[in-house]
Amino acid sequence: MSGAAVDLPLAAPTVVPTRVPGAGRLALFLLLAPALLWLGLLIVLPHVEILILSFSERVAPRIYAPGFANYLEFFTEPLYWRTFARTALMSILVTAITLVLAFPIALYIARVAQGRVKAMLLLLCLLPFWVSELVRTLGWMIILRETGLLSYLLQAAGLAAGPVEFLYNDGAVVLGLVYGGLLFMIVPLANALESLDPAVVEAGYDLGGSRWTVLRRIVIPHAMPGIVAGSIIVFMLTVGNFATPVLLGGKNGLWFTEQIYAQFITRFNWPQGAAFGMLLLVLSSAIVWAGLRLTGQSLGSTLRQA
Amino acid sequence: MTSPSDLDLVAVTKVFGSHRAVDAVSFGVAPGEFFSILGPSGCGKTTLMRMIAGFEEPSSGDIRIRGQSMLGVPANRRPVNMVFQSLALFPMMNVGENVAYGLLCRGVNRADAQARVNRMLERVGLKGFAERRVTALSGGQRQRVAIARCLVLEPTLVLLDEPLGALDLKLREHMKIELKQLQSAFNTTFAYITHDQSEALVMSDRIAVMNAGRFEQVGSPRELYHNPATPFVASFVGETNRFAGKALACAGGEAAIRLPTGAVVQGRGLAREGEAQCFVRPEAVALASDPASLGALPNRFAGRVSAVLFDGAASSLLIETPNLDRPIRAVLPQAGPLAGIAVGQPIHCGFAAEATRVFPA
Repeated sequence: MSGAAVDLPLAAPTVVPTRVPGAGRLALFLLLAPALLWLGLLIVLPHVEILILSFSERVAPRIYAPGFANYLEFFTEPLYWRTFARTALMSILVTAITLVLAFPIALYIARVAQGRVKAMLLLLCLLPFWVSELVRTLGWMIILRETGLLSYLLQAAGLAAGPVEFLYNDGAVVLGLVYGGLLFMIVPLANALESLDPAVVEAGYDLGGSRWTVLRRIVIPHAMPGIVAGSIIVFMLTVGNFATPVLLGGKNGLWFTEQIYAQFITRFNWPQGAAFGMLLLVLSSAIVWAGLRLTGQSLGSTLRQA
Repeated sequence: MTSPSDLDLVAVTKVFGSHRAVDAVSFGVAPGEFFSILGPSGCGKTTLMRMIAGFEEPSSGDIRIRGQSMLGVPANRRPVNMVFQSLALFPMMNVGENVAYGLLCRGVNRADAQARVNRMLERVGLKGFAERRVTALSGGQRQRVAIARCLVLEPTLVLLDEPLGALDLKLREHMKIELKQLQSAFNTTFAYITHDQSEALVMSDRIAVMNAGRFEQVGSPRELYHNPATPFVASFVGETNRFAGKALACAGGEAAIRLPTGAVVQGRGLAREGEAQCFVRPEAVALASDPASLGALPNRFAGRVSAVLFDGAASSLLIETPNLDRPIRAVLPQAGPLAGIAVGQPIHCGFAAEATRVFPA
């Protein structure tokens, strides 16, 4: 206690805002420190670790040597690379469907809805995210399973003779993933569409453009950074999703994250799992890069929208 | 079938809630005419223009273009094109694509559209700019792209919504002349809206002065300036001196007004006695150093120069006299015996009864 009382007057002068050379830099460093620590300890370090791990192969029980065996295993075992390709293609499909569904919603939120209605609509999009992904997916299972709501309604309406199973197929997986990605597409799209000057749209009509022409030549090009930003986010979330394909796809889910899980947890083959993890990182980065090149967008302009 | 006018508005009214933004406005614009609607912001001129363009439907009344009613015709099917206040160039397209947009919407094939775009760009002085990005253009060039984008479609009527508002003064003066020249070169009917009386006066063949949703007066710039029909027009169009008082005697269009200071001003207008106001243009105020040379003028006052407002050719002088309750503004003499007059010097001023417009207050 007495120590603290003595310390106080000593500590006070350091608080006085005198201009110490380098103080600005120190303040900047301190402000950035949490972010840098987070990035360094939780993202960069584990990935370096995984990268190193992925290049070690088991030569004997508990003995590892550097090598490419884990990567060779991926290319020689069809199940692995087929699952990999399937994950990539399905994720692109999910992203495309999400975009098509989100565009009219975002257009409505950004250009038609006003004030309270606009805030309400965005909140409505956000609401499902208040419960965990697992619970949301289980909700879909309740609706889609053989004894579930949809099956029951179809039977009650006389459209089905017996119970219908909607779970454990690609359709269910795509449905769940689109549902999970929708918000992340709507927000950047609505942002991009909101910045479009209404007079530019009116000029589009005034000069003789039909709704379709205005959409194709003015609205979509303007929204491009938002479209790309939303697509990148949804694609990344979809490729890396685990719960939705496992729960809604069952053993037919065949998502690449399941292979990584299996290697790490079931097989206890960490180097193989690490190699798969790196491959997934390379895959998603490559597809995002290709997407940016195809649409002629830069990562910078896209990040500003997201 | 030829119609005497390109655009006819018949008792057009637009009501927003309980507010009558446009109130029973009727007018006609002849082919090739430069018609301006001049009014303060919030007078309903933008709403009026948006109804002509097709972005708003009138609550009642009819809009006819070459005799055809435009009610229910969407904006993209009207033979009217608009130059927006913000210009609204398409930032995602280059200059050539901006100008070609309307042609492609009409189904003109690409090669023809290209040729027409190039001809149009050449006519507006933007030859070789087709590949430029619109964001890389100067204010004046952007203006010309916005106009070229409309004119290439050969519309019956071009609407211009204060397109010079965003330009700096020098460029605005230049664009006024350029717009007028473009309009006469293309012989297209222009309907121009502005709150800037100088823009309207310089460019227009006819001007409608609008206030609170109604047209106060429609006439040539000279008519409006010299024969304003209402006190609003008299005070809104051009610089003016305004004095309020009581009308004493009115006969045959002549009126005498007693000001609160007791002085009596002779003017023209007003048919009844009571509260009145009169307006005198600064250039109608004659100045002299001795009262004898103003002998023929019925309204003469002796005073003192209270301020010299130098603004080149538009310079003026404020004169304080005990007879008038506020200083009177006159044109600063920059040649002759009164050149170089300074603040505090005594001066005599006078104006004719014909130059003094009297209105009931």
